[in-house]
Amino acid sequence: MKNDIVKSEKKSNITGSSLLIRILVVVGIYALVSALMLTGNMSRSWESLSIRICFNVILALSLNLVVGFLGELSLGHAGFYAVGAYAGSMFAVYTDFPMFVRIIGAVLVGALSAGIAGFLISSSILKLKGDYLAIVTLAFGEIIRSFVKILPGTGGTAGLSGIPAFPSRYVGFTFAYAFVILTLIILKCFINSRHGRAVTAIRDNVISAEMLGININRYKVTVFVIASVLAGVAGVIFSFFKTMIEPNDFSYNLSIEILVMVVIGGMGNLTGSIIAAGVIVVVPELLRALEDYRMLMYAIVLIAVMLINESPKKAQFIERYSPKVLLKKLLRKGEKKSESA
Amino acid sequence: MNLLEIKNLGISFGGLRAVDDFNLTIREGQLYGLIGPNGAGKTTVFNLLTGVYRPTTGKIFLKGQNITGKSSIEINKAGIARTFQNIRLFKNMTVLENVKVGLHNRENYGVISSLLKLPGYRAAERRIEERAMELLQVFSLEEDAHHLASNLPYGKQRKLEIARALASAPTLLLLDEPAAGMNPQETAELMEMIRFVQKKFDVTILLIEHDMKLVLGICEEITVLNFGCLLAQGETASVLKDPRVIKAYLGD
Repeated sequence: MKNDIVKSEKKSNITGSSLLIRILVVVGIYALVSALMLTGNMSRSWESLSIRICFNVILALSLNLVVGFLGELSLGHAGFYAVGAYAGSMFAVYTDFPMFVRIIGAVLVGALSAGIAGFLISSSILKLKGDYLAIVTLAFGEIIRSFVKILPGTGGTAGLSGIPAFPSRYVGFTFAYAFVILTLIILKCFINSRHGRAVTAIRDNVISAEMLGININRYKVTVFVIASVLAGVAGVIFSFFKTMIEPNDFSYNLSIEILVMVVIGGMGNLTGSIIAAGVIVVVPELLRALEDYRMLMYAIVLIAVMLINESPKKAQFIERYSPKVLLKKLLRKGEKKSESA
Repeated sequence: MNLLEIKNLGISFGGLRAVDDFNLTIREGQLYGLIGPNGAGKTTVFNLLTGVYRPTTGKIFLKGQNITGKSSIEINKAGIARTFQNIRLFKNMTVLENVKVGLHNRENYGVISSLLKLPGYRAAERRIEERAMELLQVFSLEEDAHHLASNLPYGKQRKLEIARALASAPTLLLLDEPAAGMNPQETAELMEMIRFVQKKFDVTILLIEHDMKLVLGICEEITVLNFGCLLAQGETASVLKDPRVIKAYLGD
Protein backbone atom coordinates (compact mmCIF):
# COMPACT_ATOMS: atom_id res chain seq x y z
CA MET A 1 0.00 0.00 0.00
CA LYS A 2 2.74 2.39 1.02
CA ASN A 3 4.59 1.39 -2.10
CA ASP A 4 1.60 2.39 -4.22
CA ILE A 5 1.54 5.89 -2.79
CA VAL A 6 5.25 6.33 -3.45
CA LYS A 7 4.74 5.14 -7.02
CA SER A 8 1.88 7.53 -7.73
CA GLU A 9 3.85 10.40 -6.26
CA LYS A 10 6.74 9.65 -8.55
CA LYS A 11 4.40 9.51 -11.50
CA SER A 12 2.80 12.87 -10.79
CA ASN A 13 6.29 14.29 -10.31
CA ILE A 14 7.28 13.15 -13.80
CA THR A 15 4.08 14.40 -15.46
CA GLY A 16 4.62 17.70 -13.65
CA SER A 17 8.12 18.05 -15.07
CA SER A 18 7.03 16.98 -18.56
CA LEU A 19 4.46 19.78 -18.45
CA LEU A 20 7.32 22.09 -17.54
CA ILE A 21 9.32 20.79 -20.48
CA ARG A 22 6.38 21.41 -22.80
CA ILE A 23 5.99 24.97 -21.58
CA LEU A 24 9.73 25.50 -21.98
CA VAL A 25 9.63 24.18 -25.55
CA VAL A 26 6.63 26.36 -26.43
CA VAL A 27 8.14 29.51 -24.93
CA GLY A 28 11.61 28.66 -26.22
CA ILE A 29 10.51 28.34 -29.85
CA TYR A 30 8.56 31.57 -29.61
CA ALA A 31 11.46 33.42 -27.96
CA LEU A 32 13.93 32.14 -30.56
CA VAL A 33 11.81 33.07 -33.58
CA SER A 34 10.80 36.46 -32.22
CA ALA A 35 14.39 37.25 -31.23
CA LEU A 36 15.52 36.46 -34.78
CA MET A 37 12.68 38.49 -36.26
CA LEU A 38 13.06 41.52 -34.01
CA THR A 39 16.82 41.74 -34.43
CA GLY A 40 16.42 41.49 -38.19
CA ASN A 41 18.39 38.27 -38.39
CA MET A 42 15.70 36.40 -40.24
CA SER A 43 15.33 36.68 -44.00
CA ARG A 44 11.97 37.76 -45.38
CA SER A 45 11.28 34.35 -46.86
CA TRP A 46 11.88 32.68 -43.50
CA GLU A 47 9.65 35.20 -41.79
CA SER A 48 6.77 34.29 -44.03
CA LEU A 49 7.67 30.60 -43.77
CA SER A 50 7.31 30.77 -40.01
CA ILE A 51 3.75 32.06 -40.36
CA ARG A 52 2.96 29.51 -43.06
CA ILE A 53 4.20 26.73 -40.81
CA CYS A 54 1.81 27.94 -38.11
CA PHE A 55 -1.39 27.73 -40.12
CA ASN A 56 -0.32 24.48 -41.74
CA VAL A 57 0.28 23.02 -38.29
CA ILE A 58 -3.26 23.99 -37.30
CA LEU A 59 -4.58 22.33 -40.46
CA ALA A 60 -2.60 19.14 -39.89
CA LEU A 61 -3.57 18.94 -36.22
CA SER A 62 -7.25 19.41 -36.94
CA LEU A 63 -7.28 16.87 -39.76
CA ASN A 64 -5.46 14.44 -37.48
CA LEU A 65 -8.46 14.57 -35.16
CA VAL A 66 -10.65 13.27 -38.00
CA VAL A 67 -8.24 10.86 -39.67
CA GLY A 68 -6.06 9.76 -36.78
CA PHE A 69 -8.47 9.72 -33.86
CA LEU A 70 -11.89 9.19 -35.42
CA GLY A 71 -10.40 7.03 -38.17
CA GLU A 72 -12.41 8.52 -41.03
CA LEU A 73 -10.61 9.55 -44.18
CA SER A 74 -11.64 13.12 -44.99
CA LEU A 75 -10.39 14.61 -48.24
CA GLY A 76 -12.32 17.85 -47.95
CA HIS A 77 -10.35 19.67 -45.30
CA ALA A 78 -9.41 22.46 -47.72
CA GLY A 79 -13.14 23.16 -48.05
CA PHE A 80 -13.55 24.10 -44.37
CA TYR A 81 -10.31 26.05 -44.61
CA ALA A 82 -11.83 27.97 -47.55
CA VAL A 83 -15.07 28.67 -45.69
CA GLY A 84 -13.11 30.11 -42.76
CA ALA A 85 -10.80 32.12 -45.01
CA TYR A 86 -13.60 33.63 -47.11
CA ALA A 87 -16.06 34.29 -44.26
CA GLY A 88 -13.35 35.83 -42.10
CA SER A 89 -11.78 37.97 -44.78
CA MET A 90 -15.14 39.15 -46.11
CA PHE A 91 -15.94 40.32 -42.61
CA ALA A 92 -12.63 42.17 -42.49
CA VAL A 93 -12.98 43.66 -45.98
CA TYR A 94 -16.59 44.84 -45.72
CA THR A 95 -16.57 46.23 -42.17
CA ASP A 96 -14.97 49.38 -40.91
CA PHE A 97 -13.94 48.64 -37.36
CA PRO A 98 -10.47 49.30 -35.97
CA MET A 99 -7.84 46.78 -37.09
CA PHE A 100 -7.79 44.83 -33.85
CA VAL A 101 -11.56 44.31 -33.82
CA ARG A 102 -11.50 43.32 -37.48
CA ILE A 103 -8.93 40.59 -36.88
CA ILE A 104 -10.68 39.15 -33.84
CA GLY A 105 -14.06 39.46 -35.53
CA ALA A 106 -12.72 37.74 -38.64
CA VAL A 107 -11.45 34.82 -36.56
CA LEU A 108 -14.80 34.45 -34.82
CA VAL A 109 -16.81 34.74 -38.04
CA GLY A 110 -14.45 32.38 -39.88
CA ALA A 111 -14.52 29.80 -37.10
CA LEU A 112 -18.29 29.96 -36.77
CA SER A 113 -18.97 29.66 -40.51
CA ALA A 114 -16.53 26.79 -40.89
CA GLY A 115 -18.13 25.13 -37.87
CA ILE A 116 -21.58 25.42 -39.43
CA ALA A 117 -20.26 24.03 -42.71
CA GLY A 118 -18.66 21.16 -40.78
CA PHE A 119 -21.93 20.47 -38.98
CA LEU A 120 -24.02 20.46 -42.15
CA ILE A 121 -21.63 18.32 -44.16
CA SER A 122 -20.87 15.82 -41.41
CA SER A 123 -24.51 15.31 -40.52
CA SER A 124 -25.26 14.54 -44.16
CA ILE A 125 -22.58 11.84 -44.47
CA LEU A 126 -23.16 9.88 -41.26
CA LYS A 127 -24.12 6.71 -43.10
CA LEU A 128 -20.94 6.66 -45.17
CA LYS A 129 -17.76 4.87 -44.25
CA GLY A 130 -14.23 4.50 -45.55
CA ASP A 131 -13.72 5.12 -49.27
CA TYR A 132 -17.24 6.42 -49.79
CA LEU A 133 -16.83 9.00 -47.07
CA ALA A 134 -13.49 10.02 -48.58
CA ILE A 135 -15.02 10.52 -52.01
CA VAL A 136 -17.98 12.51 -50.72
CA THR A 137 -15.81 14.78 -48.57
CA LEU A 138 -13.57 15.33 -51.59
CA ALA A 139 -16.66 16.33 -53.56
CA PHE A 140 -17.89 18.65 -50.81
CA GLY A 141 -14.49 20.36 -50.74
CA GLU A 142 -14.76 21.03 -54.48
CA ILE A 143 -18.40 22.11 -54.19
CA ILE A 144 -17.44 24.71 -51.61
CA ARG A 145 -14.71 25.97 -53.92
CA SER A 146 -17.07 26.24 -56.90
CA PHE A 147 -19.69 27.86 -54.74
CA VAL A 148 -17.21 30.52 -53.66
CA LYS A 149 -16.63 31.34 -57.33
CA ILE A 150 -20.28 32.30 -57.97
CA LEU A 151 -21.15 33.79 -54.59
CA PRO A 152 -21.46 37.62 -54.60
CA GLY A 153 -18.82 39.48 -52.64
CA THR A 154 -16.15 36.81 -52.88
CA GLY A 155 -14.47 38.31 -55.92
CA GLY A 156 -15.20 35.19 -57.99
CA THR A 157 -12.35 33.46 -59.80
CA ALA A 158 -10.30 36.67 -59.71
CA GLY A 159 -10.11 36.38 -55.94
CA LEU A 160 -10.83 38.60 -52.97
CA SER A 161 -8.28 41.34 -52.44
CA GLY A 162 -7.85 44.19 -50.01
CA ILE A 163 -7.80 41.99 -46.93
CA PRO A 164 -6.05 43.95 -44.19
CA ALA A 165 -2.56 42.61 -43.52
CA PHE A 166 -1.01 42.03 -40.13
CA PRO A 167 0.67 45.25 -38.94
CA SER A 168 4.00 43.42 -39.14
CA ARG A 169 5.29 39.92 -39.74
CA TYR A 170 6.17 39.70 -36.07
CA VAL A 171 2.60 40.46 -35.04
CA GLY A 172 1.40 37.96 -37.63
CA PHE A 173 3.65 35.28 -36.27
CA THR A 174 2.65 35.97 -32.67
CA PHE A 175 -1.01 35.78 -33.65
CA ALA A 176 -0.60 32.55 -35.61
CA TYR A 177 1.60 30.98 -32.94
CA ALA A 178 -0.98 31.77 -30.26
CA PHE A 179 -3.59 29.90 -32.27
CA VAL A 180 -1.29 26.91 -32.75
CA ILE A 181 -0.95 26.66 -28.98
CA LEU A 182 -4.69 27.13 -28.51
CA THR A 183 -5.35 24.36 -31.06
CA LEU A 184 -2.98 22.04 -29.24
CA ILE A 185 -4.60 22.72 -25.88
CA ILE A 186 -8.10 22.19 -27.29
CA LEU A 187 -7.13 18.90 -28.94
CA LYS A 188 -5.23 17.60 -25.90
CA CYS A 189 -8.13 18.41 -23.59
CA PHE A 190 -10.65 16.83 -25.93
CA ILE A 191 -8.62 13.67 -26.50
CA ASN A 192 -7.95 13.09 -22.81
CA SER A 193 -11.60 13.43 -21.85
CA ARG A 194 -14.34 10.80 -21.97
CA HIS A 195 -15.31 12.26 -25.34
CA GLY A 196 -11.85 11.74 -26.75
CA ARG A 197 -11.79 8.17 -25.50
CA ALA A 198 -15.19 7.59 -27.09
CA VAL A 199 -13.85 8.88 -30.42
CA THR A 200 -10.79 6.62 -30.28
CA ALA A 201 -13.03 3.72 -29.30
CA ILE A 202 -15.17 4.33 -32.39
CA ARG A 203 -12.00 4.17 -34.51
CA ASP A 204 -10.84 0.92 -32.92
CA ASN A 205 -14.15 -0.92 -32.90
CA VAL A 206 -17.47 0.62 -33.85
CA ILE A 207 -19.60 -2.29 -32.69
CA SER A 208 -18.04 -2.48 -29.24
CA ALA A 209 -18.31 1.27 -28.85
CA GLU A 210 -21.99 1.18 -29.72
CA MET A 211 -22.63 -1.69 -27.29
CA LEU A 212 -21.10 0.43 -24.50
CA GLY A 213 -23.65 3.14 -25.15
CA ILE A 214 -21.52 5.52 -27.20
CA ASN A 215 -23.50 7.65 -29.64
CA ILE A 216 -21.46 7.15 -32.83
CA ASN A 217 -23.23 9.78 -34.93
CA ARG A 218 -23.03 12.47 -32.29
CA TYR A 219 -19.29 11.98 -31.96
CA LYS A 220 -18.70 11.95 -35.69
CA VAL A 221 -20.44 15.31 -35.97
CA THR A 222 -18.62 16.70 -32.91
CA VAL A 223 -15.24 15.73 -34.32
CA PHE A 224 -16.01 17.20 -37.74
CA VAL A 225 -17.23 20.44 -36.18
CA ILE A 226 -14.14 20.84 -33.97
CA ALA A 227 -11.84 20.04 -36.90
CA SER A 228 -13.59 22.43 -39.26
CA VAL A 229 -13.68 25.26 -36.72
CA LEU A 230 -9.92 24.92 -36.33
CA ALA A 231 -9.43 24.72 -40.10
CA GLY A 232 -11.55 27.85 -40.40
CA VAL A 233 -9.27 29.69 -37.98
CA ALA A 234 -6.28 28.57 -40.01
CA GLY A 235 -8.04 29.96 -43.09
CA VAL A 236 -8.48 33.37 -41.48
CA ILE A 237 -4.80 33.51 -40.51
CA PHE A 238 -3.92 32.49 -44.05
CA SER A 239 -6.01 35.25 -45.60
CA PHE A 240 -4.56 37.95 -43.34
CA PHE A 241 -1.11 36.65 -44.16
CA LYS A 242 -1.66 36.63 -47.91
CA THR A 243 -4.06 39.65 -48.07
CA MET A 244 -5.52 38.29 -51.30
CA ILE A 245 -7.22 34.93 -51.64
CA GLU A 246 -8.56 33.09 -54.65
CA PRO A 247 -10.51 29.84 -55.03
CA ASN A 248 -7.43 28.05 -56.37
CA ASP A 249 -5.71 28.43 -53.00
CA PHE A 250 -8.16 25.83 -51.70
CA SER A 251 -8.07 23.09 -54.31
CA TYR A 252 -8.14 19.41 -53.41
CA ASN A 253 -4.36 19.33 -53.82
CA LEU A 254 -4.20 21.18 -50.55
CA SER A 255 -6.48 18.62 -48.87
CA ILE A 256 -4.10 15.91 -50.03
CA GLU A 257 -1.10 17.87 -48.79
CA ILE A 258 -2.65 18.21 -45.33
CA LEU A 259 -3.39 14.50 -45.37
CA VAL A 260 0.25 13.83 -46.27
CA MET A 261 1.28 15.82 -43.19
CA VAL A 262 -1.00 13.71 -41.00
CA VAL A 263 0.16 10.42 -42.50
CA ILE A 264 3.84 11.29 -42.31
CA GLY A 265 3.53 12.61 -38.77
CA GLY A 266 1.68 9.47 -37.78
CA MET A 267 -2.05 8.90 -37.34
CA GLY A 268 -3.16 10.04 -33.93
CA ASN A 269 0.21 11.58 -33.15
CA LEU A 270 -0.08 15.31 -32.48
CA THR A 271 3.63 16.01 -32.10
CA GLY A 272 4.20 14.13 -35.33
CA SER A 273 1.67 16.30 -37.16
CA ILE A 274 3.43 19.45 -35.99
CA ILE A 275 6.84 18.25 -37.13
CA ALA A 276 5.50 16.91 -40.43
CA ALA A 277 3.66 20.16 -41.19
CA GLY A 278 6.89 22.06 -40.55
CA VAL A 279 8.90 19.71 -42.76
CA ILE A 280 6.39 19.78 -45.61
CA VAL A 281 6.29 23.56 -45.66
CA VAL A 282 10.04 24.00 -45.36
CA VAL A 283 11.42 21.23 -47.58
CA PRO A 284 10.17 22.64 -50.92
CA GLU A 285 11.75 25.99 -50.00
CA LEU A 286 15.07 24.37 -49.13
CA LEU A 287 14.98 22.50 -52.42
CA ARG A 288 14.40 25.65 -54.43
CA ALA A 289 18.04 25.59 -55.54
CA LEU A 290 17.39 22.31 -57.39
CA GLU A 291 14.90 24.04 -59.71
CA ASP A 292 13.50 21.42 -62.10
CA TYR A 293 14.29 18.51 -59.80
CA ARG A 294 12.58 20.12 -56.87
CA MET A 295 9.35 18.14 -56.80
CA LEU A 296 11.24 14.93 -57.57
CA MET A 297 13.47 15.43 -54.55
CA TYR A 298 10.43 16.39 -52.49
CA ALA A 299 8.82 13.06 -53.28
CA ILE A 300 12.02 11.22 -52.42
CA VAL A 301 12.25 13.03 -49.09
CA LEU A 302 8.65 12.05 -48.31
CA ILE A 303 9.32 8.40 -49.09
CA ALA A 304 12.48 8.47 -46.99
CA VAL A 305 10.57 9.93 -44.04
CA MET A 306 7.91 7.23 -44.34
CA LEU A 307 10.57 4.50 -44.37
CA ILE A 308 12.36 5.96 -41.37
CA ASN A 309 9.10 6.34 -39.48
CA GLU A 310 8.34 2.65 -39.91
CA SER A 311 11.79 1.36 -39.05
CA PRO A 312 12.41 -0.41 -35.74
CA LYS A 313 15.69 1.50 -35.38
CA LYS A 314 13.69 4.68 -34.94
CA ALA A 315 11.66 3.12 -32.14
CA GLN A 316 14.90 2.03 -30.45
CA PHE A 317 16.31 5.50 -30.80
CA ILE A 318 13.22 7.06 -29.25
CA GLU A 319 13.25 4.49 -26.46
CA ARG A 320 16.74 5.57 -25.55
CA TYR A 321 16.81 9.26 -26.23
CA SER A 322 13.29 10.70 -25.98
CA PRO A 323 13.07 13.64 -23.54
CA LYS A 324 10.79 11.64 -21.23
CA VAL A 325 13.30 8.80 -20.93
CA LEU A 326 16.24 11.14 -20.44
CA LEU A 327 14.30 12.92 -17.73
CA LYS A 328 13.51 9.65 -15.97
CA LYS A 329 17.18 8.69 -16.07
CA LEU A 330 18.13 12.04 -14.59
CA LEU A 331 15.59 11.66 -11.81
CA ARG A 332 16.82 8.16 -11.07
CA LYS A 333 20.40 9.36 -10.89
CA GLY A 334 19.40 12.14 -8.52
CA GLU A 335 17.60 9.65 -6.31
CA LYS A 336 20.57 7.31 -6.18
CA LYS A 337 22.78 10.19 -5.20
CA SER A 338 20.45 11.31 -2.45
CA GLU A 339 20.16 7.70 -1.25
CA SER A 340 23.91 7.23 -1.08
CA ALA A 341 24.28 10.55 0.63
CA MET B 1 -38.62 -11.33 -10.16
CA ASN B 2 -38.19 -11.81 -13.88
CA LEU B 3 -35.32 -9.74 -15.22
CA LEU B 4 -35.53 -10.72 -18.86
CA GLU B 5 -38.53 -11.98 -20.75
CA ILE B 6 -38.36 -12.95 -24.39
CA LYS B 7 -41.63 -13.77 -26.10
CA ASN B 8 -42.01 -15.44 -29.52
CA LEU B 9 -38.81 -13.80 -30.73
CA GLY B 10 -37.98 -14.38 -34.39
CA ILE B 11 -35.89 -12.94 -37.19
CA SER B 12 -35.57 -13.85 -40.85
CA PHE B 13 -32.81 -12.91 -43.23
CA GLY B 14 -34.56 -13.16 -46.58
CA GLY B 15 -36.07 -16.63 -46.62
CA LEU B 16 -33.95 -17.94 -43.75
CA ARG B 17 -35.58 -18.05 -40.32
CA ALA B 18 -32.45 -17.67 -38.19
CA VAL B 19 -34.40 -17.62 -34.95
CA ASP B 20 -38.02 -18.71 -34.72
CA ASP B 21 -40.56 -18.48 -31.92
CA PHE B 22 -37.95 -18.21 -29.20
CA ASN B 23 -39.10 -17.87 -25.59
CA LEU B 24 -36.92 -17.34 -22.55
CA THR B 25 -37.39 -16.06 -19.02
CA ILE B 26 -34.49 -15.26 -16.74
CA ARG B 27 -34.94 -14.40 -13.09
CA GLU B 28 -32.85 -11.80 -11.32
CA GLY B 29 -29.52 -13.16 -10.09
CA GLN B 30 -29.59 -16.26 -12.29
CA LEU B 31 -26.66 -17.73 -14.16
CA TYR B 32 -28.29 -18.94 -17.33
CA GLY B 33 -26.81 -20.93 -20.20
CA LEU B 34 -27.69 -20.84 -23.88
CA ILE B 35 -26.30 -23.79 -25.84
CA GLY B 36 -26.76 -25.43 -29.20
CA PRO B 37 -24.80 -26.85 -32.13
CA ASN B 38 -22.93 -24.51 -34.49
CA GLY B 39 -25.25 -22.28 -36.50
CA ALA B 40 -28.16 -22.80 -34.14
CA GLY B 41 -28.70 -19.05 -33.80
CA LYS B 42 -27.24 -18.42 -30.35
CA THR B 43 -25.21 -15.35 -31.29
CA THR B 44 -28.17 -14.10 -33.33
CA VAL B 45 -30.22 -14.14 -30.12
CA PHE B 46 -27.50 -12.03 -28.48
CA ASN B 47 -27.52 -9.66 -31.42
CA LEU B 48 -31.30 -9.34 -31.14
CA LEU B 49 -31.02 -8.67 -27.41
CA THR B 50 -28.41 -5.94 -27.87
CA GLY B 51 -30.05 -4.14 -30.77
CA VAL B 52 -27.63 -5.17 -33.50
CA TYR B 53 -30.59 -6.72 -35.36
CA ARG B 54 -34.24 -5.74 -35.14
CA PRO B 55 -36.49 -8.75 -34.53
CA THR B 56 -39.10 -9.43 -37.21
CA THR B 57 -41.47 -10.92 -34.64
CA GLY B 58 -41.76 -11.08 -30.89
CA LYS B 59 -40.99 -8.89 -27.93
CA ILE B 60 -38.17 -8.45 -25.40
CA PHE B 61 -38.76 -7.10 -21.89
CA LEU B 62 -36.04 -6.07 -19.47
CA LYS B 63 -37.34 -5.47 -15.94
CA GLY B 64 -40.82 -5.24 -17.45
CA GLN B 65 -39.72 -2.48 -19.85
CA ASN B 66 -40.19 -3.17 -23.54
CA ILE B 67 -36.81 -2.88 -25.28
CA THR B 68 -37.79 -4.47 -28.59
CA GLY B 69 -36.32 -2.65 -31.58
CA LYS B 70 -34.44 -0.09 -29.47
CA SER B 71 -30.95 1.01 -30.47
CA SER B 72 -27.83 -0.56 -28.95
CA ILE B 73 -27.16 2.66 -27.06
CA GLU B 74 -30.58 2.72 -25.42
CA ILE B 75 -30.33 -0.98 -24.61
CA ASN B 76 -26.95 -0.48 -22.97
CA LYS B 77 -28.39 2.38 -20.93
CA ALA B 78 -31.32 0.15 -19.97
CA GLY B 79 -28.82 -2.30 -18.50
CA ILE B 80 -27.50 -4.89 -20.95
CA ALA B 81 -23.80 -5.28 -21.67
CA ARG B 82 -22.08 -8.02 -23.64
CA THR B 83 -18.82 -9.57 -24.70
CA PHE B 84 -18.09 -11.01 -28.13
CA GLN B 85 -17.23 -14.45 -29.43
CA ASN B 86 -14.31 -13.00 -31.39
CA ILE B 87 -12.82 -10.55 -28.93
CA ARG B 88 -13.53 -6.93 -29.84
CA LEU B 89 -11.29 -4.77 -27.70
CA PHE B 90 -10.13 -1.26 -28.51
CA LYS B 91 -6.75 -2.58 -29.54
CA ASN B 92 -4.82 0.65 -29.89
CA MET B 93 -5.92 1.92 -26.50
CA THR B 94 -4.44 0.95 -23.16
CA VAL B 95 -6.08 -1.58 -20.88
CA LEU B 96 -7.11 1.21 -18.52
CA GLU B 97 -8.60 3.28 -21.34
CA ASN B 98 -10.63 0.29 -22.52
CA VAL B 99 -12.34 0.13 -19.14
CA LYS B 100 -12.72 3.90 -19.08
CA VAL B 101 -14.65 3.73 -22.34
CA GLY B 102 -16.97 1.29 -20.59
CA LEU B 103 -17.54 3.95 -17.92
CA HIS B 104 -18.48 6.47 -20.63
CA ASN B 105 -22.10 7.04 -19.63
CA ARG B 106 -21.53 6.88 -15.88
CA GLU B 107 -20.32 10.48 -15.96
CA ASN B 108 -21.92 13.11 -18.12
CA TYR B 109 -19.77 16.22 -18.37
CA GLY B 110 -20.03 17.92 -21.75
CA VAL B 111 -17.52 18.64 -24.48
CA ILE B 112 -17.18 22.29 -23.41
CA SER B 113 -16.33 21.47 -19.81
CA SER B 114 -13.63 19.08 -21.02
CA LEU B 115 -12.15 21.78 -23.29
CA LEU B 116 -12.11 24.33 -20.46
CA LYS B 117 -11.11 21.75 -17.84
CA LEU B 118 -13.84 22.90 -15.48
CA PRO B 119 -13.73 21.56 -11.89
CA GLY B 120 -16.59 19.17 -12.65
CA TYR B 121 -14.50 17.60 -15.38
CA ARG B 122 -11.53 17.02 -13.09
CA ALA B 123 -13.65 15.44 -10.38
CA ALA B 124 -15.41 13.21 -12.89
CA GLU B 125 -12.12 12.12 -14.48
CA ARG B 126 -10.77 11.25 -11.03
CA ARG B 127 -13.83 9.13 -10.30
CA ILE B 128 -13.50 7.41 -13.69
CA GLU B 129 -9.83 6.66 -13.02
CA GLU B 130 -10.59 5.24 -9.57
CA ARG B 131 -13.48 3.07 -10.76
CA ALA B 132 -11.49 1.78 -13.72
CA MET B 133 -8.55 0.83 -11.51
CA GLU B 134 -10.90 -0.90 -9.06
CA LEU B 135 -12.35 -2.96 -11.89
CA LEU B 136 -8.90 -3.86 -13.17
CA GLN B 137 -7.92 -4.96 -9.69
CA VAL B 138 -10.93 -7.27 -9.48
CA PHE B 139 -9.67 -8.99 -12.63
CA SER B 140 -6.02 -8.71 -11.51
CA LEU B 141 -5.19 -6.66 -14.60
CA GLU B 142 -3.88 -3.62 -12.71
CA GLU B 143 -0.28 -4.49 -13.57
CA ASP B 144 -1.14 -4.22 -17.27
CA ALA B 145 -3.16 -1.01 -16.92
CA HIS B 146 -0.88 1.03 -19.15
CA HIS B 147 -0.15 -1.64 -21.76
CA LEU B 148 -1.90 -1.65 -25.10
CA ALA B 149 -4.88 -4.00 -25.10
CA SER B 150 -3.56 -5.75 -28.22
CA ASN B 151 -0.38 -6.74 -26.31
CA LEU B 152 -2.28 -8.72 -23.69
CA PRO B 153 -2.23 -12.51 -23.82
CA TYR B 154 -5.48 -14.12 -24.98
CA GLY B 155 -6.84 -15.06 -21.56
CA LYS B 156 -6.35 -11.56 -20.21
CA GLN B 157 -8.02 -10.08 -23.28
CA ARG B 158 -11.11 -12.13 -22.46
CA LYS B 159 -10.99 -10.88 -18.88
CA LEU B 160 -10.58 -7.29 -20.03
CA GLU B 161 -13.61 -7.59 -22.25
CA ILE B 162 -15.69 -8.73 -19.28
CA ALA B 163 -14.28 -5.91 -17.13
CA ARG B 164 -15.13 -3.38 -19.84
CA ALA B 165 -18.69 -4.70 -20.14
CA LEU B 166 -19.14 -4.55 -16.36
CA ALA B 167 -17.90 -0.95 -16.34
CA SER B 168 -21.17 0.18 -17.92
CA ALA B 169 -22.98 -1.13 -14.81
CA PRO B 170 -25.27 -3.66 -16.48
CA THR B 171 -28.01 -5.62 -14.71
CA LEU B 172 -27.75 -8.31 -17.39
CA LEU B 173 -24.39 -9.44 -18.71
CA LEU B 174 -24.23 -11.46 -21.93
CA LEU B 175 -21.12 -13.58 -22.38
CA ASP B 176 -20.60 -15.02 -25.85
CA GLU B 177 -18.42 -18.13 -25.53
CA PRO B 178 -16.19 -16.84 -22.75
CA ALA B 179 -14.19 -20.08 -22.64
CA ALA B 180 -13.49 -20.29 -26.38
CA GLY B 181 -9.81 -21.00 -27.00
CA MET B 182 -9.00 -21.65 -23.35
CA ASN B 183 -7.31 -24.75 -21.94
CA PRO B 184 -9.02 -26.81 -19.18
CA GLN B 185 -7.16 -25.05 -16.40
CA GLU B 186 -7.99 -21.59 -17.74
CA THR B 187 -11.61 -22.68 -18.14
CA ALA B 188 -11.72 -23.78 -14.51
CA GLU B 189 -10.38 -20.38 -13.46
CA LEU B 190 -12.91 -18.68 -15.70
CA MET B 191 -15.74 -20.62 -14.02
CA GLU B 192 -14.63 -19.37 -10.64
CA MET B 193 -14.37 -15.87 -11.99
CA ILE B 194 -17.85 -15.85 -13.52
CA ARG B 195 -19.34 -17.02 -10.23
CA PHE B 196 -17.35 -14.40 -8.36
CA VAL B 197 -18.35 -11.62 -10.77
CA GLN B 198 -22.01 -12.51 -10.48
CA LYS B 199 -21.91 -12.17 -6.67
CA LYS B 200 -19.58 -9.19 -6.52
CA PHE B 201 -21.40 -7.07 -9.11
CA ASP B 202 -24.85 -8.42 -8.35
CA VAL B 203 -25.45 -9.04 -12.04
CA THR B 204 -27.52 -11.61 -13.89
CA ILE B 205 -25.55 -13.56 -16.48
CA LEU B 206 -26.65 -15.21 -19.70
CA LEU B 207 -23.87 -17.09 -21.43
CA ILE B 208 -23.35 -18.98 -24.64
CA GLU B 209 -20.92 -21.83 -24.29
CA HIS B 210 -19.79 -25.00 -26.00
CA ASP B 211 -17.80 -26.32 -23.05
CA MET B 212 -20.35 -28.59 -21.36
CA LYS B 213 -18.22 -28.93 -18.26
CA LEU B 214 -18.43 -25.20 -17.72
CA VAL B 215 -22.14 -25.12 -18.45
CA LEU B 216 -22.82 -28.00 -16.09
CA GLY B 217 -20.55 -26.43 -13.49
CA ILE B 218 -22.10 -23.00 -13.21
CA CYS B 219 -25.41 -22.70 -15.03
CA GLU B 220 -28.51 -23.39 -12.98
CA GLU B 221 -30.74 -23.57 -16.01
CA ILE B 222 -30.13 -23.78 -19.73
CA THR B 223 -31.91 -23.41 -23.02
CA VAL B 224 -30.94 -25.46 -26.06
CA LEU B 225 -31.34 -23.99 -29.53
CA ASN B 226 -31.27 -26.03 -32.73
CA PHE B 227 -31.73 -24.59 -36.23
CA GLY B 228 -33.13 -21.40 -34.69
CA CYS B 229 -35.81 -23.23 -32.72
CA LEU B 230 -36.12 -23.92 -29.05
CA LEU B 231 -35.24 -27.55 -28.44
CA ALA B 232 -35.26 -27.92 -24.67
CA GLN B 233 -35.35 -25.74 -21.60
CA GLY B 234 -34.92 -26.29 -17.90
CA GLU B 235 -32.60 -27.46 -15.16
CA THR B 236 -29.10 -28.05 -16.60
CA ALA B 237 -28.34 -31.67 -15.74
CA SER B 238 -31.72 -32.98 -16.83
CA VAL B 239 -31.74 -31.02 -20.09
CA LEU B 240 -28.30 -32.35 -21.00
CA LYS B 241 -29.63 -35.90 -20.58
CA ASP B 242 -32.57 -35.23 -22.88
CA PRO B 243 -32.31 -37.63 -25.84
CA ARG B 244 -33.34 -34.86 -28.28
CA VAL B 245 -30.43 -32.70 -27.10
CA ILE B 246 -27.96 -35.56 -27.41
CA LYS B 247 -29.32 -36.26 -30.87
CA ALA B 248 -28.92 -32.63 -31.92
CA TYR B 249 -25.29 -32.63 -30.87
CA LEU B 250 -24.22 -36.11 -31.90
CA GLY B 251 -26.68 -37.13 -34.62
CA ASP B 252 -28.47 -40.48 -34.76
